[in-house]
Amino acid sequence: MGKTFKKPEALADAHTHYCPGCTHGVIHRLVAEVIDELGIRGRTVGIAPVGCAVLAYNYFTFDFQEAAHGRAPAMATGIKRVRPDLMVFTYQGDGDLASIGMGEIIHAANRGEKFTTIFVNNAVYGMTGGQMAPTTMPGQRTTTSPAGRNVAEAGMPIQMAELIATLKTPGYVTRQTVIKPKYITRTKKAIKKAFEYQVAGKCFSFVEVVSTCPTNWGMTPLEAVKWSEETLLAYYKLGEYKTPEQEV
Amino acid sequence: MGKKVLMKGNEAIGEAAIRAGCLNYFAYPITPQSEVAEYLAKRMPEVGGVFVQGESEVAVGYMLFGASGAGARVFTTSSSPGISLMSEAISYIAGAQCPAVFVNIIRGGPGLGGILPSQGDYFQSVKGGGHGDYRMLVMAPASVQEAVEMMMVAFPLAEKYRNPVMILGDGLIGQMMEPVEFPDQLSTEPSNKDDWAANGMEYRRSDKRNLVKSLYLDPEQLNNHNLLLKSKYERMKQEEIRYEAYNTDSDYISLIVSYGTMSRVCKTAIDNLKEEGIEVGMIRPQTLFPFPETAIHDAAGKPSCKSVMSIEMSMGQMVEDVERCVKGNRPVGWYGKCGGDVPTPEEIMHVIKEGI
Repeated sequence: MGKTFKKPEALADAHTHYCPGCTHGVIHRLVAEVIDELGIRGRTVGIAPVGCAVLAYNYFTFDFQEAAHGRAPAMATGIKRVRPDLMVFTYQGDGDLASIGMGEIIHAANRGEKFTTIFVNNAVYGMTGGQMAPTTMPGQRTTTSPAGRNVAEAGMPIQMAELIATLKTPGYVTRQTVIKPKYITRTKKAIKKAFEYQVAGKCFSFVEVVSTCPTNWGMTPLEAVKWSEETLLAYYKLGEYKTPEQEV
Repeated sequence: MGKKVLMKGNEAIGEAAIRAGCLNYFAYPITPQSEVAEYLAKRMPEVGGVFVQGESEVAVGYMLFGASGAGARVFTTSSSPGISLMSEAISYIAGAQCPAVFVNIIRGGPGLGGILPSQGDYFQSVKGGGHGDYRMLVMAPASVQEAVEMMMVAFPLAEKYRNPVMILGDGLIGQMMEPVEFPDQLSTEPSNKDDWAANGMEYRRSDKRNLVKSLYLDPEQLNNHNLLLKSKYERMKQEEIRYEAYNTDSDYISLIVSYGTMSRVCKTAIDNLKEEGIEVGMIRPQTLFPFPETAIHDAAGKPSCKSVMSIEMSMGQMVEDVERCVKGNRPVGWYGKCGGDVPTPEEIMHVIKEGI
């Protein structure tokens, strides 16, 4: 019997620094599998964010650049405009993308920059220790919303996929999750589709992935999966929000 | 060199970048340098180049960072408040050791200040602006022709040191029209960046991947990284100092240190004073970092020289460096204005006479 399961070539042989129950590892693997399958490792440049995935470049085996907080889409724009033949993706969390980097992501999407964004949404700042994010749920306790997110002051959580889908510029926008095996296959398909659009030079592609953060949610990994499914998925609806083929 | 053409400074700077072999330009509009973007919006498509109007100066800074990190020759132009916003990216670019050229056509500050010429960004350009221990190589042109010539050397210098280079002009350099000559041929080809740029392993025919980054969590590594950066800045001090000495063969009684547009007014004042029998010398730094420390120290120490004046369109910024160079050997004074009206030769003559 031959080997039926192996580490993707695009994924480094390394132990990650991610917490138990965190889904970054799964998402990294999916990205690596897609890059292998499309045969684009030698011309891919990843852009690491500021946040838990700041060291993402340690877990991949291709070129990487490291952005300042929120600025990855501007860097990706710079790379794609001078080297359209490179396959470029940003890998960003919700503090990075939906808070400090809101301007950069909206304008890159609106210009229709031909790169791919993997947006990992776990409703909290991870690296800095569990502060409230724009995606934190109403009533959700964090270190900077100890009584729970007060929507009268902080507003409602931002639904990034829906927001980006409102732009008239053609693009691919989807929201997926990896909290259970049945979702993982769909997420991989979405990531592959996103990269395929880029390989074809078609459009900007945005894959939001609803995730977990047991450490900063104060839960066990299993509790985190349950809370993510019951609470986050009720608000952050999965599905395809926009494809470049459709009229907006 | 080609034939002489009459050109506005901002447009000449845009054309100079193309002639220097830089076909990638990212920018955001701001007075008094928007003509560069307007010029290159037309010109870049003609030469197969790239122009992107970013959504902010913050984003533009990172477009430069990304493009430079991917191995491309890049530049932007802006003015003071815009450079403040780009300063975050400048710090990252210096930290990640990427070459990039920034042009600052300074306007009055602080805050929105005004839109007229100023030299109020000396500290920002020369001493930092962004966070952390970094330096830019800063050049200050005193004419449109010199701005063009500095643009031609800015790109090879940025690549030599893998460091941001800034051309520090003031509103007058950007706005005035002067005769200018461009070289017919590209001065340099972009250097090979395969040993560090994230430009695709396939492209380099290499199995080794490249990382462009500025994060060093280990204290020893970060200190070593900063020592490496420092060694580049020390090398700049050895190899890149440029300045002009004016009327320093005379037995001048006073020495002026002045740069950019201000130095041209000082030259007229020096010529007029000479006719009145008063000899004044001038050191005009063409690089503000590295600063012509020895030249100023030695010129101030000439036996005939009784005092030194730093004349600048700011409330006294470069004067701190002049004092540092003179080392207390002579009294150092300052004169300047930074509301937007450039001091006249008569004002300078008056100030010098008062000081004597």
